[in-house]
Amino acid sequence: MASDGSSNSSSIPDRQQIARQRLRIIAGHLQKPLDPSDGDISARECSAPDKQPGDTTTKSVPRRRQEVMKWNGWGYSDSRFHFNKKGQAEFTGKRYKLSGMIMPSLKEWFEGTFGANVQHKSFASAVPSPGAVKPPALNQAFVEGVQSTGVPFSSDAEDRVFRGHGHCLHEIFALREGRVGRVPDMVVWPNCHDDVVKIVELACKHNVCLIPYGGGTSVSSALECPLEETRSIVSLDTSQMNRILWIDEKNLTAHVEAGIVGQDLERLLGESGYCTGHEPDSMEFSSLGGWVATRASGMKKNIYGNIEDLLVHVRMVTPKGVMEKSCLVPRMSCGPDIHHFILGSEGTLGVVTEVTIKIRPVPEYQKYGSVVFPNFDMGVACLREVAKQRCAPASIRLVDNEQFQFGHALKPQVSSMFTSFLEGLKKFYITKFKGFDPQHLCVATLLFEGDREKVLQHEKQVYDIAAKFGGLAAGEDNGQRGYMLTFVIAYLRDLGMDHFVIGESFETSVPWDRVLDICRNVKERITRECKDKGVQFTPFSTCRVTQTYDAGACVYFYFAFNSRGLSDPVHVYEQVEHAARQEILANGGSLSHHHGVGKLRKAWMRETVSEVGLGMLRSVKEYVDPENIFGNGNLL
Amino acid sequence: MSTPQRDSVNDEEEFADILEDLRRSWDLGHALRTFKPSVPDTGPPPCSAAELTAAVRTSQHLRYITKEVAVETGSTVEAVEQQVEVILGEMSQNLQMSSIRLLGYGLNKAMKRLFTRVNVNMDGLQRLQPTAQGYPVILMPNHRSYMDFLIISFLSFTYDLPIPVIAAGTPLSKMKLMGEIFRRCGAFYIRRGIGSDKLYWAVLSEYVKTIVRRAYAPLEFYVEGLRSRTLKALPPKLGMMHMVLEPFFKGEVYDITLVPISISYDRVVEESLLAHELLGVPKPRETTRGLLKASSVLWENYGSMHVNIGQALSVRAMCQGKIDRNHYNRVPRDLPQKPGEDMQACVSLLAHRVVRDQEQGAVLSPWSLMATVLLQSPVPSLVQEGLPWGALAQRTLWLRGHALAFGARLNWPGGTRESDEVMSSNMSLHHSVARRRGGRVFLLEEEGFAGRQPTSAEEGVAWRAVAVLMMASHRNQALHVFARPAMLAVAMHVTASRQRRELQAFFVFLLDVFSVEIVFTPGQSSQDFEEACSLLGKAGAIQCCQEEISVTDAGQQTMTFLKTLLQPFMDSYQVVFSHLCEAGDNTFSEKQFVTSVRKLATSLILSGELQTYEALSSDTQSNALSSLLRLEAVTKLRTAERTEYSVNKSSVQRIADMLCGKIPLQSVQTAPDSRL
Repeated sequence: MASDGSSNSSSIPDRQQIARQRLRIIAGHLQKPLDPSDGDISARECSAPDKQPGDTTTKSVPRRRQEVMKWNGWGYSDSRFHFNKKGQAEFTGKRYKLSGMIMPSLKEWFEGTFGANVQHKSFASAVPSPGAVKPPALNQAFVEGVQSTGVPFSSDAEDRVFRGHGHCLHEIFALREGRVGRVPDMVVWPNCHDDVVKIVELACKHNVCLIPYGGGTSVSSALECPLEETRSIVSLDTSQMNRILWIDEKNLTAHVEAGIVGQDLERLLGESGYCTGHEPDSMEFSSLGGWVATRASGMKKNIYGNIEDLLVHVRMVTPKGVMEKSCLVPRMSCGPDIHHFILGSEGTLGVVTEVTIKIRPVPEYQKYGSVVFPNFDMGVACLREVAKQRCAPASIRLVDNEQFQFGHALKPQVSSMFTSFLEGLKKFYITKFKGFDPQHLCVATLLFEGDREKVLQHEKQVYDIAAKFGGLAAGEDNGQRGYMLTFVIAYLRDLGMDHFVIGESFETSVPWDRVLDICRNVKERITRECKDKGVQFTPFSTCRVTQTYDAGACVYFYFAFNSRGLSDPVHVYEQVEHAARQEILANGGSLSHHHGVGKLRKAWMRETVSEVGLGMLRSVKEYVDPENIFGNGNLL
Repeated sequence: MSTPQRDSVNDEEEFADILEDLRRSWDLGHALRTFKPSVPDTGPPPCSAAELTAAVRTSQHLRYITKEVAVETGSTVEAVEQQVEVILGEMSQNLQMSSIRLLGYGLNKAMKRLFTRVNVNMDGLQRLQPTAQGYPVILMPNHRSYMDFLIISFLSFTYDLPIPVIAAGTPLSKMKLMGEIFRRCGAFYIRRGIGSDKLYWAVLSEYVKTIVRRAYAPLEFYVEGLRSRTLKALPPKLGMMHMVLEPFFKGEVYDITLVPISISYDRVVEESLLAHELLGVPKPRETTRGLLKASSVLWENYGSMHVNIGQALSVRAMCQGKIDRNHYNRVPRDLPQKPGEDMQACVSLLAHRVVRDQEQGAVLSPWSLMATVLLQSPVPSLVQEGLPWGALAQRTLWLRGHALAFGARLNWPGGTRESDEVMSSNMSLHHSVARRRGGRVFLLEEEGFAGRQPTSAEEGVAWRAVAVLMMASHRNQALHVFARPAMLAVAMHVTASRQRRELQAFFVFLLDVFSVEIVFTPGQSSQDFEEACSLLGKAGAIQCCQEEISVTDAGQQTMTFLKTLLQPFMDSYQVVFSHLCEAGDNTFSEKQFVTSVRKLATSLILSGELQTYEALSSDTQSNALSSLLRLEAVTKLRTAERTEYSVNKSSVQRIADMLCGKIPLQSVQTAPDSRL
């Protein structure tokens, strides 16, 4: 198996080209090549409210999101999975590597795993049910105030519906049925920090409720409008604040407006030869401000750090005024770090408008890899050892057997006889010659980054450790497919929902010695709860270890089941998810590693941070926002 | 093995006689049978005895304790590690199939000789098949006889189930050869009276927890802690239970399956030995010679043995909503940490639940009911005049109806028409304690060697007591069926009240006083009271209204019977109380206590003031003492060499007076005046 012979022998320019191509896949899968003139990264003033025509087309997120994105599902309107007439799974569009490809084994996996039938369809409604969206309750004085500032706004139903939800299952499920709950009454699109200051002042003056909106990728009910809110609710969409204001090559920092989404940030920095290296799975759509507000984590945190490590300076507009530090320093000892009031505040204290973030030169070389382990236990032991030796690659993830099989089902059609022969040979080698049980083996996917020399050295070190735990190198292909899976999984959920299969992912962080136990117990709990709640077919319950730390790991669970025959599938889903979260907590896991608390998990905040801890957070809220202008109701 | 002929008990559980097949097959053939337990491939991997001890030795928990002990005792870590090795060597099981085969051969022969039938519920055996989830399985039999020590292993071998690892007491390991054979049959040995030996606790708990965590084999242990000498259920011991359940509390396993198993006998092999033991004849050490001597028992007929494998209990389901497992989140799980109060309560609850399930699963022989009826008559008249057979039969049938109504499992083959036959055959099975002569049934007194007469009146009392205690052990097996209604009957008799509230208070007081004698789940006294009311109500013996409870006319007989059932305990406890109140010294050792209570009881029996011979039983005496300890009327003083007790006489007097209804009920446990 010894890694991948062909790529090892390839010439250096070749490799660099491959590396660059891979970077593009991760960092900017979507847009056509950009107009180079847009790569304007010099410091500039807050521009006038009306942008130059065509300016928005260079950015991924237009004001009217519904023009390119689904209003009731994940991602771009042109990209979706479906089963074609031959019953084969196909991914539409041109944006992704998988786009336009056929995945011949997905149908069998799908039907076998869920007891589903691709003939059974439960398609989403194309538009909200008539009358589903209530007319906006506008605060006239506020509207007039906004008008006088020149900040664009809208109270169009489509705009409002789009900003009234995140991507929790219950939110998407309701939208697919055309049901819409309480949505913001109005959307504003500030263009710069000063615009935000004006809007927050107006909101305070006229007592309207502001809900900051970044990428809309929340999975914690954070964007849901609180039902008890009687004031006019205004969604503050930061998407138009998407410029890089300056790059400081001496200190390797960039000052960026908080509305920029991940893919734009990496692409624009890339044009100057830099990157932040912050790549959460949602990076195509999630925004810098959102990362700060939820304490986001990126897949390559082992090299670049999580958002709190990347943050050098942040500006936040609160009802009490603007909060920021006086200098751009790597660290200071001046009382509790006020950044930590902002990080994870989930839009309850104010709006993050500008962030100074660390940048790094784009790595010279990037290489995927994968290791097969005979079972999950060995895999976890290996990851623990890698963490102990502090030699984790940019990313190292361990998927369990179920997810490994899922990944296989997503393999595109192989074009040549030779490749399929090679695949067969690999399989034979691992299962027959090495005696791995196909029902137990699991796979770690790896991503190395840096100088070519160092990467190769690093790779060897990691593979040597893996060998001690019975791991066999299984090629770059498996690795790359693993990472691709995380980008398309959300699209796959929509496919599932087209056929009565509903599901979601959730995550936690846990000490090393509990990793195996928590994985087993939570998966088992899900299976049991589903059975108890009348789910006919055994659910798909799977996990992966996605991040390693010195003292523990981040574990990610996927869970989906066939909901046919259930009268209230979402309710069942929520009960099971609740039970799973309780199981996580009972097994020493955290309430969340990076998704945040939102409204979905806030019932557990007290036991998570203690009564006193909760009181501290409350007192900060009471001081900063006594009138609860930022009234999204998250966290506390 | 094919399914042998079925024998129905209570029509619900199907029992089959496993001896039937064994008798047809060749003994050696059985011992050499292909043993192929069906283990699902998703199940836990096997673990050898050496792997097990290695895992224990290298555990973080043990390394931590080793260092701690080294610091505390001022010795080196290496020295403590050596101690650990010694302990592990003494403890470890060493399961080997060849020994299981040997055991299978021996037990096969012994059982065929001793018993007419060995009945096992076949669906229970089915339930012991390993499941795909691979949760650890804890087999929890009661312990009534040496015979049942390896019966589960024997069944496992015969029916292709995984062979359990068994917790046993160290005395067993001291038996020459047999100790080692048992070890190779999967027994691991636990010292008695570990007390505060920290290192030993650590090794033992790590050993047990590793077995549970790995779940490679079922773990078998006696939640009662030891063999019941009185054949009554014993209050569960919680130490082992804590060790077994901790892996669940700490999330190391998803769930634990507890399987209560009730083993019951028409006659236990060591019945007369037990009675002697209770009367102070020291118990012979468990030696191989002793076992060989005991081989004389091989020529007796001991009737049937029943093994009833109960419904499995899911620890997770039982603890649902009762415990907060976050308790263990802030300290590394490998370090020792005291369980939370919620978990301690849950452990106790589960342990009591298992004992209750064992009791309810036990199959009663008709003789238990006959013994119960016989003991309602005064002992001297039973010995001298006897009881007319017709009266015994008629009363037994009457009791049978009640027992069935109260949910007992009776091994009463055939209908009522064959009843006379059933009772007669039981009579002859128990010819060593009672005999039918001229239409009357007599209690047989112990005979001296070669027809020797007792040398003193005291010796006469002791000889007679042997027969009574043997008889009582048969009654005791049925005691749990009637315990709750009987407590209510006593409460109604003593208080002479109809007020529900008053009766319930006295009922709870009785539960407290007899908490060691009869097993009740702590903190569930109101459920027990309701159960008593409902059972007696259904039987038509009482009428329950909102405020009042009254005995119906038809119920008088039942209530008198129930009251008399507990009379021996009431009387025996009063003897203990009066001894404690009258004794000159306020402090005493347990040995002194037993001797002087026995002396007092003997003289009271001789003077005719005391009816029951059960006051002579050391078990009853020490139960009364434990109960007073719980009620804080007696306190334990630990001196360097021995344990002594100190009595609070006024407190004991108060309890005695309340128990006989002389003074009204007061709060017992926290009586401030009694502490002054």
